[in-house]
Amino acid sequence: MTPTTDGGRLITGPMLILFAALVTLPFWVQSVGLYQYLGVEVAIWMIYALGFNLLLGYGGLPSFGHGAFLGVGAYAFGLAQFHVLENLWVGLLAAILVGIVAGGIVGLFLAHRRGIYFALLTVAFGQVFWFVSLKWFSVTGGEDGLLGIPRPSADFGLVEFDLSSNLSLYYFTLAVLMIVVVALWRLVHSPFGKVVRAIKQNETRASFLGYNVRLYKWAVFTLSATTAALAGGLFAMAQQSAFPDVMNLVSSGTIVMMVLIGGGFVSFWGPVIGVTVFFVARDVIGSITETWLLWFGLMFMLSVLFKPEGVAGLWQDSSGESPA
Amino acid sequence: MALFEAQHLHKRFGDQVVLEEINLSFEAGQLSGIMGPNGAGKTTCFNLLTGLYKPDRGQITFGTENITGLPPHTIAQKGIARSFQIINLFDEYSVLENVVIALPRVRDHGFTCHRALTNDSETADRAANVLAQVGLAGREHENAADLSYGDRRALEIALAIAAEPRLLFLDEPTSGVGTEGTARLTELIESLKERYTIVIIEHDMRFLFEVADRISVIHWGQVIAEGTPDELRTNKWVQASNLGKLV
Ligand SMILES: Nc1ncnc2c1ncn2[C@@H]1O[C@H](COP(=O)(O)OP(=O)(O)O)[C@@H](O)[C@H]1O
Ligand SMILES: [Mg+2]
Repeated sequence: MTPTTDGGRLITGPMLILFAALVTLPFWVQSVGLYQYLGVEVAIWMIYALGFNLLLGYGGLPSFGHGAFLGVGAYAFGLAQFHVLENLWVGLLAAILVGIVAGGIVGLFLAHRRGIYFALLTVAFGQVFWFVSLKWFSVTGGEDGLLGIPRPSADFGLVEFDLSSNLSLYYFTLAVLMIVVVALWRLVHSPFGKVVRAIKQNETRASFLGYNVRLYKWAVFTLSATTAALAGGLFAMAQQSAFPDVMNLVSSGTIVMMVLIGGGFVSFWGPVIGVTVFFVARDVIGSITETWLLWFGLMFMLSVLFKPEGVAGLWQDSSGESPA
Repeated sequence: MALFEAQHLHKRFGDQVVLEEINLSFEAGQLSGIMGPNGAGKTTCFNLLTGLYKPDRGQITFGTENITGLPPHTIAQKGIARSFQIINLFDEYSVLENVVIALPRVRDHGFTCHRALTNDSETADRAANVLAQVGLAGREHENAADLSYGDRRALEIALAIAAEPRLLFLDEPTSGVGTEGTARLTELIESLKERYTIVIIEHDMRFLFEVADRISVIHWGQVIAEGTPDELRTNKWVQASNLGKLV
């Protein structure tokens, strides 16, 4: 709360460390036995995870159907390319707008729920979206999904970047990630962010202080869904396709595990750490044994049982830092 | 005309009628006390007046406005604040953050996303002022959860007065604190009396009869007696119920 803390800053030390690590990633990723496209995936999942943690870590609202919004964003990006205009900004804007609409509508049904009722409804809505994507063949292409989605270049008027190579695609998604990090850091330290965290701690008291709890919960849900949809748009752009699988329970469940292992409840950086742990597990443990997901699952169980504050919590314990 | 009025309030939970017929009125600038035995429905009455429950019948007016059935946040925005009998704080937040969240100037900009709350010295000043009033100055950066019970009681009141209310409801503010804590809190309430219109539920009769301008006694779901402390001392209902023996 004092003006000297990081909360008031636009850019912070940990941000610079993250950005430095990611900006240099293409130069060292192959020397540690990994590959360029991994960076794209990591950046996209970090966006998704940061938006997810806005809801879980800051709002205390567990969504087990968030993959729906990732998927909605992916389809919106693809459909905009096919039916509106083959343009990167149009596609990403479509993902964001559809995210706002889908999140906003689902949020109406969720904003006055808490705990298990909230969680179960998110599962149900997630299934509804998945089912629609599977059955609404004329729009979504059913099980086959949308194939051959174009990946237009990033046109800034004066300069235009071709995104067909993995490297340029990576730097583009990284730029989006940086914007999301800065914006969400600002958001969680803004009056809105503080109110959302207050509501998580004590809904009743917040409402007796004059806060319209439902409206705040709706807003934070919609924001989180929109961030997921943006990540989904980037995903469709990167993969040049969109499938019902993006919306399934796996991508909804994986994000929960990532964010919890990383320590989303105690740190802004929890989701970033969690995504890193997940991809290291997938690609490093995965190169040794096919049962990597089992090991990741075990890690998740151990975390839930012994250290619900996750990796960020371990870090804070050892360095004596207070939660950020 | 009274600042706040409740007429013919009726509330039941399932088959249990808790409040049969409650009529209350509170004057601006006064400290009104509410007493009655445990389970009489005093807290339920506050819950109706501040919007947690809708009354099954009756009308509540604040100023000239009918506020019956409005949700808590709307009633709070109109200038009614309350504290809770069971302490109700933001336990992950520091003492300062608890108070800051309660300030109307933060509430009125609750949807501001683009600037940090920390960069605002006016907010910090107001919060410090509230904390000084309740004797928590210098404790800004302690966790609310780590405070002693007595200090949590003080913070509970701080949240209510941080809202800069036109009317302040306090539900058993000294409940559960020892003799020493009670002395401190009663001193605090006496000082608040100068600045706020207060309605207080209080089990310490000696204290209530000392500070209250008027007292209402709730029993059997009704206001069985109402008047100045002096009037109440001689009231037959108060003497008949053993509340009279306490004073
Ligand atoms: N939400 C509720 N649901 C059911 N019964 C309740 C509820 N709130 C209060 N009561 C009942 O109403 C009665 C009055 O309680 P309360 O208002 O807390 O009394 P007081 O504050 O005077 O001690 C009690 O019998 C209590 O069990
Ligand atoms: Mg009570």
